[in-house]
Amino acid sequence: MALKIIVCAKQVPDTNEIKIDPVTKTLKREGVPAILNHDDANALEEALRIKDKYPDTYITVITMGPPQAVDMLRQCLAMGADEGILASDRALGGSDTWATSNALAATVRKVGDYDIIFAGRQAIDGDTAQVGPQMAEKLGLPQVTYVKQFELAEDMQTITVHRALEDGHEIIRIKTPCVLTAIHQLNTPRLPSMKGIMAARKKPVSTYSAADLGVDPDKEVGLLASPTNVYRSFTPVPRGKGTMLEGESNEQAEKLLIGLKAKLAI
Amino acid sequence: MAIVVINEKCIGCKICVKVCPFEAIDMDGKLAVINEKCTSCKQCVAKCPKEAIEDTTADVVQEETDLSAYKHVWVYAEQRAGKLVNVALELVGEGRRLAREIGPDVKVYAILIGDKVDHLTSDLFAYGADGAYIIENDLLKNYTTDGYTKVLTDSIRKYKPEIVIFGATHIGRDLAPRVAARLNTGLTADCTRLDVKVSSYIDYANKNTTLDTSDLDPNSEEKGLKQTRPAFGGNLMATIVCPRTRPQMSTVRPGVMSKIDPIEGATGEIIKVDTPLVASDIHIEVLEVVKSTKEIVSLTDAEIICSGGRGLGGPSGFELIKEFADKVGGVVGSSRAAVDSGWIDHSHQVGQTGTTVKPKIYFACGISGAIQHLAGMQTSDIIVAINKDPDAPIFEVADFGIVGDLYEVVPQIIAAWDNADKIYADYVHAQA
Repeated sequence: MALKIIVCAKQVPDTNEIKIDPVTKTLKREGVPAILNHDDANALEEALRIKDKYPDTYITVITMGPPQAVDMLRQCLAMGADEGILASDRALGGSDTWATSNALAATVRKVGDYDIIFAGRQAIDGDTAQVGPQMAEKLGLPQVTYVKQFELAEDMQTITVHRALEDGHEIIRIKTPCVLTAIHQLNTPRLPSMKGIMAARKKPVSTYSAADLGVDPDKEVGLLASPTNVYRSFTPVPRGKGTMLEGESNEQAEKLLIGLKAKLAI
Repeated sequence: MAIVVINEKCIGCKICVKVCPFEAIDMDGKLAVINEKCTSCKQCVAKCPKEAIEDTTADVVQEETDLSAYKHVWVYAEQRAGKLVNVALELVGEGRRLAREIGPDVKVYAILIGDKVDHLTSDLFAYGADGAYIIENDLLKNYTTDGYTKVLTDSIRKYKPEIVIFGATHIGRDLAPRVAARLNTGLTADCTRLDVKVSSYIDYANKNTTLDTSDLDPNSEEKGLKQTRPAFGGNLMATIVCPRTRPQMSTVRPGVMSKIDPIEGATGEIIKVDTPLVASDIHIEVLEVVKSTKEIVSLTDAEIICSGGRGLGGPSGFELIKEFADKVGGVVGSSRAAVDSGWIDHSHQVGQTGTTVKPKIYFACGISGAIQHLAGMQTSDIIVAINKDPDAPIFEVADFGIVGDLYEVVPQIIAAWDNADKIYADYVHAQA
């Protein structure tokens, strides 16, 4: 029985590379690379490890985003996934996590046959960690989030995972089909090989519109259907620079202690 | 869709293209065009000098649910193995503040789910809860997404709270999205500030942000929950509202809200909720809950944190940081770069994707100050930065900045620490 796996991925700006212009206080995003979201790379890697062991496993990577997200799908295919699907439509723009999960759940239904859905825990641009569980809810599937260890039993249906907690972990048994969200402790994602990059060119990538997915832009997806809206947005205020302590290191240390004492901090 | 360019007013100045955080505006000749990356964050609407960009969301008439049927504030009182997690106590105090902002007859209730958990109510009352709903069942002994989602969703449907807040813990962030999706309502993740009254929001914004609040009416009677959170790795703050559905739901970062001073002997109303749950409702099996044997890192409670970053040069640098922390009675923290390099465990990580901290003193040693790190520590009372690079962004937020080699400076601080009283006395004497 060949296993079918769906991996949910997102193309994100590398938020570590973004700086705020000290003068205009706006985001400087020139040259900020678009990357495969970190946790999603871990999700894909775990699927690929299953495929390494059971080569007839079929991996479909799905994403929602602008047309450029195809580049990220090609990267996933180069790493070893079999097929890519992009849900892309202006009608999907402005979706909050509830609406995004509707679109992704519709995409999963379109794929149809699956045993395991892997997603990253959260995307580095939004950091919500909501879309995985909300998609699982829309699909009526059980979920385990924060997965840091994964083991598939010989019966290909029973999965044992370690779910990370702040103060330890839980060991959980779950049956397929299910949704699992990955964190970076799960594995180290592979890099695409040259052979993989060549092979990726021939692998199928399809793009679905909202109409293809059968989702209603007024009620299920997009800005207007989303229960949450942005009220205001702003860049954080810098705290303002304090005192620079000059001198040799012993003088700097003394000045620091004097400063901390004066502020009654110690 | 909702953000539109008024073609006749657009002069092609490209300011909107520059301010857009999402690369969602392209130029078609001399005309700005919104593309599908738009998240309706409205940065462009605010910055357009010609008022040529409009947010048309408000123009669309939506089917309204009866919002007035919903009342009171609920706080999910997360417990693990019969012990409340800290953030639950922080949130009952915050919930109390929000309830009082909505109105004098609005209450904050703690929601306790588990098996034999009613002994926890006294702490919840002491920290501000007016009452507690208790849902007990031996199937709820361990947290499971399925079991907890079912009983919480059923209770929300039955009692109709206006607001439900959760700690943004690994459990809160597993449960809340599932509940919100089942109720088809909005959920805002990892909030760092909540407001109900427009006037409170204006006060907060004026004191802490660059936001222009001149278009907000302080006398407004509008009392929707304004949920402020960092996005984009902390590069942008967004305030989110949930205008058409109830309850309004948020997860709140642990360590951000302050507990109230406990009220001795406080009591409250206790409501035992009887909601059906059978074993077949739960589709996973918790085989074991393992407590970490590693040293528990309590960054959120620490008064002093000594953090190390890439500037340490290697894992052994944390030996010096540990010595420093031991000397000053602090806890060891780290930047994401040091964790990603494998120098120290993730549990020490401070920042947007790690722990949010607000100690009395935060020592940043060899940390450059990436935005996502700053997002997790910039509300510390005092920040001390030690870095070789005088241009490191960490100095922009530091109360005390030391440009130098941390391997020289930190040992000097350690050596002088116990003499701080004398050094200060000598200094005061010399000034006099």
